[in-house]
Amino acid sequence: MIESQQAVSPVFGRLTLEALPLHEPIVVYTFVVVALIGVAALGAVTWFRLWGYLWREWFTSVDHKKIGIMYMVLGIVMLLRGFADAIMMRLQQAMAFNGSEGYLPPEHYDQVFSAHGVIMIFFVAMPLVTGLMNYIMPLQIGARDVSFPFLNNFSFWMTAGGAVLTMLSLFIGAFARTGWLAYPPLSGIAYSPDVGVDYYIWGLQIAGVGTTLSGINLVTTIIKMRAPGMAMMRLPIFTWTALCTNVLIVATFPVLTATLALLTLDRYLGMNFFTSDFGGSPMLYVNLIWIWGHPEVYILILPVFGIYSEVASTFSGKRLFGYTSMVYATVVITILSYLVWLHHFFTMGSGASVNSFFGITTMIISIPTGAKIFNWLFTMYRGRIRFELPMMWTVAFMLTFVIGGMTGVMLAVPPADFVLHNSLFLVAHFHNVIIGGVVFGLFAGMNFWFPKAFGFRLDPFWGKFSFWFWVIGFYFAFMPLYALGLMGVTRRLRVFDDPSLQPWFVVAAFGAFLILLGILSFLVQVAVSIKNREKLRDTTGDPWNARSLEWATSSPPPDYNFAFTPVVHDVDAWWDMKQHGYTRPLAGFRPIHMPKNTGTGVFIAALSVILGFALVWYIWWLAALSFVAILAVAIGHTFDYRRSYDIPAAEIARAEEARTRLIVAGAAP
Amino acid sequence: MSMAAGARPEEIAVRTYVAEEAHPHAEGDSTSLGFWIYLMSDCLIFAMLFAAYGVLGGNYAAGPAPKDLFHLPLVAVNTTALLLSSITYGFAMVAMQEGRIGRTQLWLAVTGLFGLAFIGIELSEFADMIREGATPQRSAFLSAFFTLVGTHGLHVTAGIVWLVTLMTQVRLHGLTAANRRRLACLSMFWHFLDVVWIGVFTFVYLLGVLR
Repeated sequence: MIESQQAVSPVFGRLTLEALPLHEPIVVYTFVVVALIGVAALGAVTWFRLWGYLWREWFTSVDHKKIGIMYMVLGIVMLLRGFADAIMMRLQQAMAFNGSEGYLPPEHYDQVFSAHGVIMIFFVAMPLVTGLMNYIMPLQIGARDVSFPFLNNFSFWMTAGGAVLTMLSLFIGAFARTGWLAYPPLSGIAYSPDVGVDYYIWGLQIAGVGTTLSGINLVTTIIKMRAPGMAMMRLPIFTWTALCTNVLIVATFPVLTATLALLTLDRYLGMNFFTSDFGGSPMLYVNLIWIWGHPEVYILILPVFGIYSEVASTFSGKRLFGYTSMVYATVVITILSYLVWLHHFFTMGSGASVNSFFGITTMIISIPTGAKIFNWLFTMYRGRIRFELPMMWTVAFMLTFVIGGMTGVMLAVPPADFVLHNSLFLVAHFHNVIIGGVVFGLFAGMNFWFPKAFGFRLDPFWGKFSFWFWVIGFYFAFMPLYALGLMGVTRRLRVFDDPSLQPWFVVAAFGAFLILLGILSFLVQVAVSIKNREKLRDTTGDPWNARSLEWATSSPPPDYNFAFTPVVHDVDAWWDMKQHGYTRPLAGFRPIHMPKNTGTGVFIAALSVILGFALVWYIWWLAALSFVAILAVAIGHTFDYRRSYDIPAAEIARAEEARTRLIVAGAAP
Repeated sequence: MSMAAGARPEEIAVRTYVAEEAHPHAEGDSTSLGFWIYLMSDCLIFAMLFAAYGVLGGNYAAGPAPKDLFHLPLVAVNTTALLLSSITYGFAMVAMQEGRIGRTQLWLAVTGLFGLAFIGIELSEFADMIREGATPQRSAFLSAFFTLVGTHGLHVTAGIVWLVTLMTQVRLHGLTAANRRRLACLSMFWHFLDVVWIGVFTFVYLLGVLR
């Protein structure tokens, strides 16, 4: 029941020129740099006349492969932003000793740590994981696309729209200063009256629509679109983990949507869900947000477990050890992830019995996870191991993740948690599992599947630089935080009184610098690989002598993925085909029915960004207008009944012939 | 196109690796499953709102309680309208199965009118409560009440917009396979809202008056 003090103009809402952060030099420099890069990129696209190409071939594409690549690009671009936040925090904490205030003022520092968490989870990890699932999963099940190709395009653009709105907050107004989960009452209108939390809410709501729809789409695809013969217990393990992850997405993202909607009602309409008076309950928010938040971390890690499984069996030259137990472990983790949320706030005061229950369920999760680790180890045991980059990332993961898992079990003990809650020990723990688990796995996956997507391998020399900088950098950056956390240092501090802590923070900052080198090496790796693409060319479609169906088609695969739908007889379907002397059919092609491209997804997402912006700034007329426009475009789209076309048999014959020539050329010495 | 000569013919005579069918998955094959999964995700949103109501529903903040606010006879009329609309939607689906366009449209229109009646009664109930000072801002109980019931009402409103859209499309293209699929999806949506309303009626209104 608090009235906003600010004047709200009928035309511009509460948007004034003061919203531009001209008084903050760091933000101004950032803006100048981003603007220059942006102008250069847009200028280059215009100069090379690429707008038409990008629009026709990419932005409006409903091809799951192109959408997957766009997700990956989004994730990598946002990684740069999220990492910039990270290194700023590390510098601030390394400097702010002996009376120094560091270089970040409090209101800026608080935005930096909030934005870092939000961006890394929602706009780096989620797009990268979703991108890989989008690209690889339909190929692994021998499908030509996902169940709802237009929905897929729309989901991507909503995710991108959420990212755009979040990035806008850097230059127009401010971002939330509440931490990445925006707990009330701090995030309520009384304590955060400015636009920060509103940017947070609308950015996540727009992206959340995309994530939920993409989850529905991929679950349906796996259930309905499998090739003949591919029973559930013959799904490649990455597809199994994708299934469990997308089930989790469908089963949890609506919780986030509802929770943020209630916070929105508190902030915009003065309701009392999470206020401290009129009967509201801030702890209700904390419970609800973690009912989404804990499964969310499994949404990120499960597909990555799938990547490690594919990599371990391919590069050990063996069938995955314990396929069935791997599937059951994944399913058990999926279910258990729903039963542990309260371990994020043992200190809430719910009593010994409730805390014991959630402590025990948390510890039980380490059993299926441990089973997985043993499965990977036994897959490697007596295998003919090739230490290519994907395998190197996998081994680094196994060593690093076990440490993170064990500190997780420590945190799961409620009495220990009362000491470690909200300390840097916790920060070190979740970076240990997210970097050592999710990020390492994404690099393994990118190095593994890059040749499939682009037709040439990634350069191993720069890839090894990237690998070593990342892995060593991780240990330098986060091991000191474990020690600091055990000494009782809490998270999110901007300045420190005790000078004896400074060396630890300097070491951590050095680690962050090594990770910076790792990221730069990765970018160089991609650039060098594009330059040397002829030398790195994959002519066979199966550069690693791998095992699942995505390697049965060409690299990159044609629009239609498979000229003939494959028939599956084994878990390792492609390995089985190779063992039985499968030869590729060269004639008898028939026309293939494919969905048509559409710009509707781009339009609705763009209108959603405008809607979000208008709501953030209380520009009510614009909000109403863009909402009506969204409805009109969406309903208009349903009046278009001609959404597919046929690829003629002659065109397929041409594409397959080109592949034959490539294979022959590659086979010649 | 028999492609596979077995490498070990003594084990498996011939393994076929290429499907004979050109398109093993017909268009629209996945729609009802996909829509069903969407409904379950929507159901979770309602579950959260019910949970919030369950936690906050007794927090009157010295303001009005359900006993002071709810008029069960009005809610009974409301509930009847919505339940009848589910039956009439069922009649529309039966007519659709028989391929009778006019009858389908008629029953769809009746369904829409029942939906409008439901929304009208709900809005007048809301207006009365707000006039008496029982605004959504008054207490956590009222915040949770208006949000849960209002979200259901918004869903019904969206359903009516969708209904009008589909009636237009049936008029334009007839009962084509695509339109039948769409009508089936809206049918699931409509019945789903009915089921949710039974929950609201029971937990919010009936138990509220008992409390």
